[in-house]
Amino acid sequence: MTEYLLNVENLSKSFQFGGIFMGSKIMAVDNVSLRLPKDNPCITSIVGESGSGKTTLARMILGLLDPTFGEISLDGRKLKGFGKKEFYRLVQPIFQNPFSTFSARNKVDTYLYETARNIAGCKSAALADEAVGRALDSVGLGLNQVKGKYPNQFSGGELQRISIARALIPSPKLIIADEPVAMVDASMRMNIVNLFKRLRDEYKVSFIYVTHDLSTAYYVSDYIATMYRGNVIEYGNAKLVLGNPAHPYTKLLLDSIPKVGQRWSKDVVLPDIESKEYASESCRFAPRCPHATEQCRQSMPGLAEIEENHLVLCYKYHTEKNCPSM
Amino acid sequence: MKSFLKYSNLQLKIGLILLIIIFTIGFIFPLFRGSHADEWNTYPKYLKPGIEHIFGTNALGQDIFWLLAKSIRSSLIIGLIVAFFATIIGVFLGMLAGLQGGYVDRIISLVMDTFIVVPSLPILILIASLLKGQTSVLAMAAVLILFSWSWPARQVRSMALSLRERDFIDTACFSGESKLKILIKEFLPFILSWSAANFINTILSAIRMESTLAVIGMSNNSLATLGTMIYWALQYQAMLQGKWLWIGVPVIATIVIFGALFMTLSGAQKYNATKRGQLA
Amino acid sequence: MLKLSNVSARYNVFDYYVNVINNVSFTVNENEIFGIAGESGCGKSTLLKVMYDFIEYPFEITSGSVELESAGANGEINKYKNGEIRNRRWREISYVPQGAMHVLNPVTKIGAQFYDTVSRHNKSVNKKELNDRIVAYLKELELPPEVMKSYPHQLSGGMKQRVMIALATFQNPALMLADEPTTALDVVVQRGILGMLSRVQKRINNSIVIVSHDLGVHYQITDRMGIMYAGEMVEIGPTDELFTNPRHPYTKMLINALPRIGDISQKEGISGTPPSLRSPPPGCRFASRCMYASELCKKLPPCKYYISGTHQASCHLLKGLYPKLQPEEAIPRD
Repeated sequence: MTEYLLNVENLSKSFQFGGIFMGSKIMAVDNVSLRLPKDNPCITSIVGESGSGKTTLARMILGLLDPTFGEISLDGRKLKGFGKKEFYRLVQPIFQNPFSTFSARNKVDTYLYETARNIAGCKSAALADEAVGRALDSVGLGLNQVKGKYPNQFSGGELQRISIARALIPSPKLIIADEPVAMVDASMRMNIVNLFKRLRDEYKVSFIYVTHDLSTAYYVSDYIATMYRGNVIEYGNAKLVLGNPAHPYTKLLLDSIPKVGQRWSKDVVLPDIESKEYASESCRFAPRCPHATEQCRQSMPGLAEIEENHLVLCYKYHTEKNCPSM
Repeated sequence: MKSFLKYSNLQLKIGLILLIIIFTIGFIFPLFRGSHADEWNTYPKYLKPGIEHIFGTNALGQDIFWLLAKSIRSSLIIGLIVAFFATIIGVFLGMLAGLQGGYVDRIISLVMDTFIVVPSLPILILIASLLKGQTSVLAMAAVLILFSWSWPARQVRSMALSLRERDFIDTACFSGESKLKILIKEFLPFILSWSAANFINTILSAIRMESTLAVIGMSNNSLATLGTMIYWALQYQAMLQGKWLWIGVPVIATIVIFGALFMTLSGAQKYNATKRGQLA
Repeated sequence: MLKLSNVSARYNVFDYYVNVINNVSFTVNENEIFGIAGESGCGKSTLLKVMYDFIEYPFEITSGSVELESAGANGEINKYKNGEIRNRRWREISYVPQGAMHVLNPVTKIGAQFYDTVSRHNKSVNKKELNDRIVAYLKELELPPEVMKSYPHQLSGGMKQRVMIALATFQNPALMLADEPTTALDVVVQRGILGMLSRVQKRINNSIVIVSHDLGVHYQITDRMGIMYAGEMVEIGPTDELFTNPRHPYTKMLINALPRIGDISQKEGISGTPPSLRSPPPGCRFASRCMYASELCKKLPPCKYYISGTHQASCHLLKGLYPKLQPEEAIPRD
């Protein structure tokens, strides 16, 4: 049995709002399973609109949030079994807002040096300098450019690259990036996204790239998972999924990207109030789906494999053989 | 100094000047004379103000000016001690409650809220009447600290709760910083700047509480504080007798201290804002 | 409709000035959607503030003028200059700021807030009638009726933004300014909102100015576009023409930096950063990042050249190829 770098099994997270009697429950992440191969560093994108549960999923993998149900395993071991420092040596985060990633009151290099000393195990100042310098180098910044400065002295793009450098110092196997380019200028985005590709190839780091921007996701990912209201509705090899989108929502996402050279033809049905959608037991996309049937509105479909490395959660694709759980 | 002059405003300047005057009178002047200013019958009673006695003397035979100096010192010392310890206890308990959460938070919040809600003055009067005027400065201060820690604790707790959710705390965790280090390097800088402002407020409230107790006779009346000065003046009906200096001087001194501290505080906040470019 | 002539503006910081807007001239015509594109820090939001007459110390206009022209109730043309425009807010001109969804009061229901804002401009109308009109308007814009009874935190970001746009267009303003209306929203909701804006515009035939750093958004719904860089308008023209025939090097690089689906060729970002506006360079402000820059570019600011009747750009490379635009000429209406 091959070991996976990351194995997420039937992960669910629910939040309770309001009191015990009058409150409502929201399944932010509903029965999600994901696997990352061990020896093959790859970039997996998790794409979805705001409220789809992708950030909640990322935070659970990072250990910042406890799942309600399901298991997360790293390198074959359960997440709970890891010691803190051991875990940080394997997994590192990159957050969305570069300006809140670092405290405005502290110099930026303090975090870099702390990581070098505590997690990468640099015993002396010289070794720490070397490790930090190397990491900054790989993101295209110099140590003397960064040393001694506060976050407000950098631009958003530079800070985000420093954040990536910090994540690289302990040579992790997995980096989880939550919307890393959302707050960065359009002209800077490609630089950072190109950086991910290079780090995957040169440093053999796997990435989980959480985003709502399909165009950068297409450009950079090997695998892609689309999420809608807590479910992974389509998952597989990026070229297959984006070249041949099966789920109606994936198709809608692809179609809605403002493309230059092609104008939108149809109008979209916009989502209703969130609380109504989360509470339903049916396929969550049914109210907006042009192909919805009664079955869709009654119950949740299972994951169907329509081709190798391409799974979809939709009744349209259910046949006898490709959906074993039904 | 240059940048100070550039960014400062009138409030700050006046406040600081007044503070300097008060501290000089309170701490530097008594070094020359006046260590026994509170002893009775040092001088003849009811002397008019003159070169020997700037404000004259009172019915107890004390020189009013040197008594004032000593009173200011005592009041300020009480205020500073109370503010110092109340802030430390408040910050510590507030951070503990905010960051630890769970049962620790609930217990501390319960105690905290009780102290905030229960009116402090009646309880202080109760305690003071039990002690029957035997208290020393330190005992007074301890009692006042008991009622001054809960407000900063509450504020710090809510600050800690919101800071806890920020990204940079996660970054600090993933950088391997120990919990203590995160507390000191990440949380404290934000909390301390609020605490500095609260510190000054606590000085004011301590002086106010002590003066209130003294004026109604609940404090140790042989101590020389601004409150006890007013107490004795009232006991000897200074107002009816027309001894305006005796009753007026401590009242005005109290008002000036309050004003000076307040102006310094708000002037300092304005100064910081101007420095950061937020004000015209 | 709205005409800016040689507007320059700056921020007054204690002992120096930041020249955020430099000699910007353009016109927004009636019945069109005008886009302003550019990276962050280029001054596009500040330009909107100038247009909305949001000028308060330490921000000041040093030269030029803004003129708003609108048809009055009796068909006469009213002209308002900067300083007077502020009195026409929410009537002839309305503004949807960036992050407008955060503007909503978190402790009041949406219906109440809507009524609160709108009743000030309709003092004579009674409460019930106004509420009915609001409900009907929201329905027309395809907002679910539960929105009126919800608190802002119960709505998603996209829904809140749609509410804000409904609020801004309720009075049928002749000109609407929208600052990054869809940033921070995902593509599907963005498409819905842009569709909504487009429908509103077609229905009441007003003008909309949209500021966005996303060129794709501009392509989809704007009729004409202006590209801003470091406080200057470097190219203005009809959207289609700008995308097929960009003349300014910055416009070309912006368009090339767009990743497109199906196209995985190596994309390059634009290296470098915009110049400091505290002491802007003497010549063309884009010279330091421009791959065609010459010595002349660094020394002398370029003048504007006509590419066609409605398309103009400021670049030294166009000299000799196209006729110069005289400062007094504005772009003629198309």
